[in-house]
Amino acid sequence: MMASYVFRLASKNMWRHRLRTGLTIAGIAVAIVSFGLLRTVVDSWYAGAELSSSARLITRAEASLSFSLPVTYGERIRRVPGVKDVTWAIWFGGIYIDEKHFFPQFAVDAETYFDVYPEFVVPPEQLAAFKRDRRGVIVGRKTMLKNGWKIGDQVPLKGTIYPGTWSFTIRGVYQGADDKVDEGQFLLHWGYVNEKIKAVLPSLADRVGVFVINIKDPGASAAVSAAIDSGFRNSLAETRTETQKAFQLGFIAMVDTILVAIQTVAYVVILIIMAVMANTMAMAARERMREYATLKALGFSDRFVSILILGESLSMSLAGGLLGVALTFPLAEAFFSATRDLFLVFTVTPVTLALQVASSLLIGICAALAPAWNSSRVRIVDGLRAVT
Amino acid sequence: MSSLISIRSLGKTYRRGNQPVPVLLGIDLEIAAGDYVSLMGPSGSGKSTLLNLIAGIDKPTSGTLLIDGVDIAALPENDLAAWRAANVGFVFQFYNLMPVLNAFENVELPLLLTPLGKAERREHVETALAMVGLADRMDHYPNELSGGQQQRVAIARALITDPTLIVADEPTGDLDRQSADDVLNLLDRLNGELGKTIVMVTHDPKCAARARRLVHLEKGVLIVGGNGDGH
Ligand SMILES: Nc1ncnc2c1ncn2[C@@H]1O[C@H](COP(=O)(O)OP(=O)(O)OP(=O)(O)O)[C@@H](O)[C@H]1O
Ligand SMILES: [Mg+2]
Repeated sequence: MMASYVFRLASKNMWRHRLRTGLTIAGIAVAIVSFGLLRTVVDSWYAGAELSSSARLITRAEASLSFSLPVTYGERIRRVPGVKDVTWAIWFGGIYIDEKHFFPQFAVDAETYFDVYPEFVVPPEQLAAFKRDRRGVIVGRKTMLKNGWKIGDQVPLKGTIYPGTWSFTIRGVYQGADDKVDEGQFLLHWGYVNEKIKAVLPSLADRVGVFVINIKDPGASAAVSAAIDSGFRNSLAETRTETQKAFQLGFIAMVDTILVAIQTVAYVVILIIMAVMANTMAMAARERMREYATLKALGFSDRFVSILILGESLSMSLAGGLLGVALTFPLAEAFFSATRDLFLVFTVTPVTLALQVASSLLIGICAALAPAWNSSRVRIVDGLRAVT
Repeated sequence: MSSLISIRSLGKTYRRGNQPVPVLLGIDLEIAAGDYVSLMGPSGSGKSTLLNLIAGIDKPTSGTLLIDGVDIAALPENDLAAWRAANVGFVFQFYNLMPVLNAFENVELPLLLTPLGKAERREHVETALAMVGLADRMDHYPNELSGGQQQRVAIARALITDPTLIVADEPTGDLDRQSADDVLNLLDRLNGELGKTIVMVTHDPKCAARARRLVHLEKGVLIVGGNGDGH
């Protein structure tokens, strides 16, 4: 009974200054939303790296990613002990309509690519149709939707690396096995591109960007990687083999400093709103000094007064916090669609949600500490003399 | 008559920084159960200080203060709060109602510290508000009531737990003549009909005359009406 009474009194007190309380709640909501979005940005970068198991290796040119490797390496890699499947891909980089309509395009080995990437789920009859048509492509669901395509559509691309105008026919659509899979890729026949380019630009022929390798024992990834790279040591094109995860983390390492900064900002935002809220609560408690003293004179304990202030503070911070959590989802959605090409996934994780709620609680508790302590300590006679 | 309040050489010294400020200098006073005492004196003479000591919201520096045999100065803070809740009704100059609670809820407040259930509380509150003539204003908030009405709500709050002692610090200080009379009439009834012991601080001789007994304080010392003189 007392608890519900405290809660009612606290929430009534909270709305005595509608504007002040409204602004404070809005401020907390903004802080919690920012915190959630910033954390999700960081999470999403790392989620990209978690995409696949360490059972998959990537072999690329030692010099740099922009160098290519001869396709003949594929056969030699396949013979390295521990290797199960090998496929390859190279960046195609064609332009559809204009640069704004960007989606990633890879020329892949049609026969083997989907064996190595089982998380790209393609209906068998579509896969068969793709393998039959050398100008066929398989496109991720997301890119299909974005462009309003359907199976059978012709997609013209203007070549950049591979000159000329290319035309492809959509033969299939792939879906991710889970929501971490990038559903934006446009996958075409490496064999077809290779054959056409041989005639005009022989220097580009028979080259691939990366070999993607599935190994038999994920625990042996280090040994197999070393075996592959040693096979090409002192050759014209030396290789670097690493797990797909390490490959992606390498990308991320560049932005690591930025991520640390983002994470720091997320926490600083919480600290700032905590200070603002503490000020609000201190003002409120000072204004009510005489009321609290009256309650104490009537026989209510110091603790009751503290709890009243804590209850008011928590009501305010949780109202702001829950509003913030509720706003995080639509805003994350909007953020994701505004930055389509930056993130593979952009999901607000349960950990982020828990941290948002925990931060709200922490804001409410910390803001109430000083005023609750002061109000419980103030002597009744001094409190009663306080002017309001 | 037996003494309800028994005060011996009571002293109170405040401190302002390092400077001691003596306010009460050895007060001796007996107040019988059922008495109605008014406490007069110039501003700063220590009236409120004495009243606060009697009400158990401040502690004396020296002397003894027994109320119904209880040495309240010796009670730990929590016990003292419980003692106040059970034994003292407060009436303040500026009413001190909770602005966010309506008349009913304000009067109900002290009952939340008792084991009474919701229905019983309602019954008590309605009786108390009827007694002060505000049965029709139960759901009014303090800012929707006149000063006199607010003070009557405060009186209902003071008597709701049926305390033996009611302390009032200038209860009419902020009221016009008519409202002041209403309040004083109520205090008369609390004393006469319900047998409450009342100690009231006032500046107004007309108010003071309504009490059974008058005590005069001057610079921390009782001048008239202390033990032995007066009535
Ligand atoms: N908390 C306090 N700290 C320091 N001095 C105090 C405190 N409370 C009261 N005093 C001093 O004690 C003296 C008596 O104060 P008190 O309030 O008892 O006077 P009073 O007789 O009620 O006066 P008034 O008629 O103006 O209400 C005053 O000089 C006052 O400044
Ligand atoms: Mg006074």
